[in-house]
Amino acid sequence: MATLEIRDLHVTVEADNATKEILKGVDLTVKQGETHAIMGPNGSGKSTLAYSLAGHPKYTITGGTVTLDGEDVLEMEVDERARAGLFLAMQYPVEVPGVSVSNFLRTSATAVRGEAPKLRTWVKEVKEAMERLNMDPSFAERNVNEGFSGGEKKRHEILQLELLKPKIAILDETDSGLDVDALRVVSEGVNRVRETGEVGTLLITHYTRILRYIKPDHVHVFAGGKIVESGGAELADKLENEGYEAYTKGGASE
Amino acid sequence: MAEAQNIPVGSTTAGSIAVAAESTVATRMSAPPSFDVQDFPVPHGREEEWRFTPLERLRGLHDGTAVATDEGVRVEVQAPEGVTVELVDRDDPRLGKGGTPVDRVAAQAYSSFEKAGVVTVPKETVLTEPIRIAVHGEGGTRFGHQVIELGAFAEAVVVIDHTGDAVLATNVDYILGDGAKLTVVSVQDWDDKAVHVAQHNALIGRDASFKSVVVTFGGDLVRLHPRVSYAGTGGEAELFGIYFTDKGQHQEHRLLVDHNNPHCKSNVVYKGALQGEDAHAVWIGDVLIEAKAEGTDTYEMNRNLVLTDGARVDSVPNLEIETGEIVGAGHASATGRFDDEQLFYLMARGIPADEARRLVVRGFFAELVQQIGVDDIEERLLVKIDEELEATV
Ligand SMILES: Nc1ncnc2c1ncn2[C@@H]1O[C@H](COP(=O)(O)OP(=O)(O)O)[C@@H](O)[C@H]1O
Ligand SMILES: [Mg+2]
Repeated sequence: MATLEIRDLHVTVEADNATKEILKGVDLTVKQGETHAIMGPNGSGKSTLAYSLAGHPKYTITGGTVTLDGEDVLEMEVDERARAGLFLAMQYPVEVPGVSVSNFLRTSATAVRGEAPKLRTWVKEVKEAMERLNMDPSFAERNVNEGFSGGEKKRHEILQLELLKPKIAILDETDSGLDVDALRVVSEGVNRVRETGEVGTLLITHYTRILRYIKPDHVHVFAGGKIVESGGAELADKLENEGYEAYTKGGASE
Repeated sequence: MAEAQNIPVGSTTAGSIAVAAESTVATRMSAPPSFDVQDFPVPHGREEEWRFTPLERLRGLHDGTAVATDEGVRVEVQAPEGVTVELVDRDDPRLGKGGTPVDRVAAQAYSSFEKAGVVTVPKETVLTEPIRIAVHGEGGTRFGHQVIELGAFAEAVVVIDHTGDAVLATNVDYILGDGAKLTVVSVQDWDDKAVHVAQHNALIGRDASFKSVVVTFGGDLVRLHPRVSYAGTGGEAELFGIYFTDKGQHQEHRLLVDHNNPHCKSNVVYKGALQGEDAHAVWIGDVLIEAKAEGTDTYEMNRNLVLTDGARVDSVPNLEIETGEIVGAGHASATGRFDDEQLFYLMARGIPADEARRLVVRGFFAELVQQIGVDDIEERLLVKIDEELEATV
């Protein structure tokens, strides 16, 4: 069973000619089939955690370890991590001019699966996945994320999740900026992947709203660059009622 | 117009649509068109038509100091049966019909060439094989003139290849008879030091169609001036361009489509990729719709993809409309960049870095390459684009 283990992870960024520590010792284990919700206020370092796991070059790991099935993730290049089974649905997906969605998806699937998917089955696979996410077929011919609405970008991320079938999926605020209909469609997409039991999900969110659609096994409160409390689904209810104040007092985070 | 959000530092993309009684295309030039170099002052660099060009790298083509060498630039023409290939004297009446030099270097070329090449495809002759013209430089300096003339209803594909190292200034005339169809692919695959300045004058006959594909990869300085005018109604022009501007290269394409006859069409699409320090691409797209040109349908577009820091693009589409009785007129210019965030996004989907870059650049050019319609050229271009990417990234 695939397992992602994060141990005492410390991460800094360079900002305004100063080095700033954002992650201050994150410990977390995510196993295939499990869903962990990470909830925390803005600026607490949730995206930093997500990007650091994916290997974004702006983030410097200053301490700790991350392993996927015992393999050192931090040693891997960004593309190697993806091929090893890590997937990050980004909070702000990037526009890539000149590259059509269909070309992008096929190149990506070829890289991750290690061989080019057979054309006929692939076309069908993509078409059906897009239908399930209420995406118009014309989407495939548009350039990656170029001119997409916020909701379209998030659907496109989940489309990739469905096609790439990672071992560990990190969803960074996939719910933010979605209306209720889009939230439902996107959540159903995530649930389809979860129901296979093949993926461990790290669901990063600011709001409890999405947890009505995607039921977590574990909820972690993230504040000031680390996990400050962990519990079951009931912890989300507590956050719903009380907000993050209890965790942010003392100025650990804004 | 300027649609891109992340325009690279120093780049400009400024467009205009002017509805005016009189064109400013001509008045923006520092002298009226002329075959005589003496009619043009030596440019100093601040003139509208020279302001983007590094004059000091023109190797004297602009100030009369460049001297033609006897050898060092070879021109070879390979033509299928039925085509006439000639070398003619300066006074041949077929020269200069396509258009008049509009700047000092073009006039210098016209004033200085010794013999001109004339390739003629007789009327109603439909070629199944391309005419190939190889211009190969071995360090020489040359002033040239080339005419390619198609009789009525003739059809031909011409591929002009520029390779090696040369200092070359030429005028190329494309004369299309009524109903003729001409595709010209001009490939600038020069070595690093070459300097190439040329004016292309297409004169499109009644109901004729002209397709120009300009492909610029090499050279230290390449400055091309593809120009189109119509000899009758119903003519069509497609002007496609692809450039890949590397470190230190200056590649400038200045187009003019003069809609001087009614019911003609033009479609201009130029796309460029840039990489490396001081790579500089300039694109000027002038489209003029004269008062008498009712029923005109025109569109022009320039897109640039900047792959690294330090590259600069100046893109200036300019549409001037003197009549409201047209079918359509539009233009677009956009310069965007392939940056670390895009690279990260693609890599985060398992795609290795070099493949990610290839994906972006191929995707950017593919749509245009597919419209060339000459199979071996399309393949060659895609291979060449990959080579360009491998060379410096
Ligand atoms: N690339 C970066 N450059 C500079 N500062 C950053 C960068 N990424 C994050 N930060 C800073 O790190 C802190 C945490 O940000 P982030 O991880 O985006 O939080 P969250 O996702 O929880 O809202 C913020 O103070 C933010 O300004
Ligand atoms: Mg965030």
